[in-house]
Amino acid sequence: MSPSADRSSGPQTGADELVRASAADLARRLAAGEVSSEDVVRAHLDRIAAVDGAPGDGRGVAAYLHVSGEEALAAARDVDARRAAGEQLHALAGVPVAVKDVVVTRGTPTTAGSKILEGWVPPYDATLVERLRAAGMPLLGKTNMDEFAMGSSTEHSAYGPSRNPWDTARTPGGSGGGSAAAVAAFEAPLAVGTDTGGSIRQPAAVTGSVGVKPTYGGISRYGLIAMASSLDQAGPCARSVLDAALLHEVMGGHDPRDATSLPDPVGPLAEAARSRDVRGMRVGVVRELTGEGFSSEVMASFRSALDLLADAGAEVVEVSCPTFAHALDAYYLVMPSEASSNLARFDGMRFGLRVEPSEGPVTAERVMAATRGAGFGPEVKRRIILGTYALSAGYYDAYYGSAQKVRTLVQRDFAAAHEQADVLVSPTAPTTAFPLGSRLDDPLAMYAADIATIPANLAGVPGMSLPSGLAADGLPVGFQVMAPARADERLYRLGGALEALLEDRWGGPLLASAPALDTVPARPEVATA
Amino acid sequence: MSTATAPAATGGEPLVAYDDATARYDVVIGLEVHVELGTATKMFDGSSTAFGAEPNTQVSPVSLGLPGALPVVNRTAVEHGIRIGLALDCTIAEMCRFARKNYFYPDMPKNFQTSQYDEPIAADGHLDVVLEDGTPWRVEVERAHLEEDTGKSTHVGGATGRIHGADHSLVDYNRAGIPLVEIVTRPVTGAGARAPEVARAYVAALRDLLRALGVSEARMEQGQMRADVNVSLRPSPDAPLGTRTETKNVNSFRSVERAVRYEVSRQAAVLDAGGSVLQETRHWHEDTGITTSGRVKSDADDYRYFPEPDLVPMTPSRAWVEEVRASLPELPVARRARLQAEWGYSDLEMRDVVNAGLLDVISATVAQGASPAAARKWWGGELARTANAREVEVTALPVGPAEVAELAGLVESGRVTDRMAREVLEGVLAGEGTPTEVVTARGLEVVSDESALVTAVDEALAANPDVAEKIRGGKVQAAGAVVGAVMKATRGAADAKRVRELVLERVGGPQA
Repeated sequence: MSPSADRSSGPQTGADELVRASAADLARRLAAGEVSSEDVVRAHLDRIAAVDGAPGDGRGVAAYLHVSGEEALAAARDVDARRAAGEQLHALAGVPVAVKDVVVTRGTPTTAGSKILEGWVPPYDATLVERLRAAGMPLLGKTNMDEFAMGSSTEHSAYGPSRNPWDTARTPGGSGGGSAAAVAAFEAPLAVGTDTGGSIRQPAAVTGSVGVKPTYGGISRYGLIAMASSLDQAGPCARSVLDAALLHEVMGGHDPRDATSLPDPVGPLAEAARSRDVRGMRVGVVRELTGEGFSSEVMASFRSALDLLADAGAEVVEVSCPTFAHALDAYYLVMPSEASSNLARFDGMRFGLRVEPSEGPVTAERVMAATRGAGFGPEVKRRIILGTYALSAGYYDAYYGSAQKVRTLVQRDFAAAHEQADVLVSPTAPTTAFPLGSRLDDPLAMYAADIATIPANLAGVPGMSLPSGLAADGLPVGFQVMAPARADERLYRLGGALEALLEDRWGGPLLASAPALDTVPARPEVATA
Repeated sequence: MSTATAPAATGGEPLVAYDDATARYDVVIGLEVHVELGTATKMFDGSSTAFGAEPNTQVSPVSLGLPGALPVVNRTAVEHGIRIGLALDCTIAEMCRFARKNYFYPDMPKNFQTSQYDEPIAADGHLDVVLEDGTPWRVEVERAHLEEDTGKSTHVGGATGRIHGADHSLVDYNRAGIPLVEIVTRPVTGAGARAPEVARAYVAALRDLLRALGVSEARMEQGQMRADVNVSLRPSPDAPLGTRTETKNVNSFRSVERAVRYEVSRQAAVLDAGGSVLQETRHWHEDTGITTSGRVKSDADDYRYFPEPDLVPMTPSRAWVEEVRASLPELPVARRARLQAEWGYSDLEMRDVVNAGLLDVISATVAQGASPAAARKWWGGELARTANAREVEVTALPVGPAEVAELAGLVESGRVTDRMAREVLEGVLAGEGTPTEVVTARGLEVVSDESALVTAVDEALAANPDVAEKIRGGKVQAAGAVVGAVMKATRGAADAKRVRELVLERVGGPQA
């Protein structure tokens, strides 16, 4: 049977099969000339048209804020032509990707999920976007997110929430719920996220996808609209550990435009993902992230994955990181402090929304106040106020200063734990996906969704979430792996091995068992693409 | 006792006569000088720093503060900061960080300024200056730190160009992000009535130092160097420091001096009236010579400083610092001492030369072969007078070191007399050519052809037979009349001494 006959003879349509293929598989078939990038992009645009709807219309996954169909098709045709001409192309050339809307894209609207940037078209590309374009990866569009990445459910998006493909009455997590939902709903094979306190990993956990926060400085922050500079980190969202590694490799490595960028070249991550060998690997279970606050169903799934690792030859030990108990508190001082300063530039003077006061004199100060009052949502205002207060004279030492000391202690806990273990593991999130609206009036409950992911951001170390199975409610559970700074390949080694063990048990990828999505009316720009 | 009087200038406040003020109050000053570094690119991005470009053309996502843009430190700017620190005898920090100074203003693209706050690149130094009468004065320097400049606002529609009364404002971000070094003195005490003079001398010496270091053109008129002048008064040198005012952006040496004087007189009047000086920033008005109230500074000013998380700490290696130290040029104070010794000038002569700003031009003239004495004589005399009469800087005259050296050479070799040289200079200033060309064109050369001179002497003697008689009789001074006649006949082109010798020789008198 020829490969093409094999594709068409399957139970699914050709287009549906293309959107369900892994990025690694698409890359191989594109390189072999079995499929064109234009076909791949078109299949994804069709899928987006069928299931995404639009944020705010009350239906669909609403993973995208902006779909750049024409640009994606043009980029795909360009790659196809270059391939036909015999040009040597990047391994992922022609594989499309979605990008979180907090990453600036030249010529494509970028809002960070905020009204204050509605209609803004950046004049430059983020470094990671330059690298995606250079690799020949068509950009499908910009994904939905909590405004300025502040939230754990995408419900703080000024344009309306995204929905969880496993249950559209639930959130896909946040802030990068759009990127996670896009890959989980087969609306993109790959997506870029950013993770300040868990915004890649926690959405990955609740959507049954894979998300990686690299070591701080591992992927350039140039062109990421900053929330908290010392915590923000871009990373890959995918449906498999290998796919995440491939995307990570495209984006990673030193960037002279980011002073906090690591000098290291990106490591052999895909190779690590393929090794599937955990024999002798010491796996440290973080005691403080496996007890109180974590649901019993989440814990059951986590323990079951640990047993698989132990059976495969890993050495499972328990480690203690006592200062993780203070991580959430420290995070909610450092993050808003930096955010209050980073968000000062949104003032209506140079770009984005500009609102003049409805009465009284139109002075610069009053325009700034009116613009910020109208343009920022309540969660953003809350964090700006928190941060402004924490940095105020007389409070700085008690708040920002103390929080920085806690960061040092968290780093020490990581270092001590790594004397006993090569990787540290925990559930990614304390619960499965929560219903839309259930935590909007309770910020502390919302913040608690990131309790297990925040320590890695505070310490700058890498973390991954991959699915460990379904809970009794039929929703995915995430398994978190953490490693020392600059040892990202350990995430992929353990993650790749665990994924293979789990898929053997499940008989295929977890997402293959996700329920079918309703077809919803497409948004205008997708319908015409 | 109170001598407060209203000044003539509009908007001014009551003043006490300066001498009265300083008789009753001790003056303390402090100076904060901002210097734009002469780097090709900005402090944190690759935008050009060239002056005078079309507004908003020398910008990038970084210097416009666009979402997502990140700073990267300009290594040359840091090196300039180290160079300035070393020249001021400061300690160079082994580790220092930038901080964010948060405040909202349209000319500040990010609404925070990236600046070194409590961790300056250089600290604890000094600058030795010399006052006009030659008194040496050491000004202690607290710190020199790196930061970025803001954009430039232009307020349109108001009468004064200030924001008050304007109907709109324009912002040019070309200046935003240009590297600055801010040099802050410790409080300067003990200067008393001479405080304005010390302030001026310090700013002038700093300008000279920055130029010698090659880190900035330091043109005050272009805003490349701007002084904030702090002034406070106290009843006596033993009293605690009084409340200070900060007069911002004073942009000439003379204005620095005037601003201090004005604030001393104004604050004395406030204190005399039983009031207290407000801690505030003040605006300097060049035209009227007064300061006016700006923004009141209070504890409510809170810039919420915190370490810039987009940058990593700077750790200038000791090897780098020593490399910079080894590359420092000769500094102005050392250069002056060396040149004075080489040239053999008296202290008074040297002081006059320095005060007149003639050091460089004399040095260049000596380098072209003139004697130091001749160079000083021409530049400090005839040329200084001419410049004064024309109301231009002496360096703006159409005569340079090469011409002056050539002129001095003509005198030295005896080709022209001193008096003739002045005429030659007149010709050069009038654009008639080089000194040698003017000598030829105007026929000013000393007559040294002996036969022509002897003929002239003989003719003069023949015309004055009684004089020859008197000389032979021993009245040698009678020769003067014949010398005068010869000089007249040669239109001054003869060497009078030689003419006199020839007269005596031809008469065959006692001197012959």
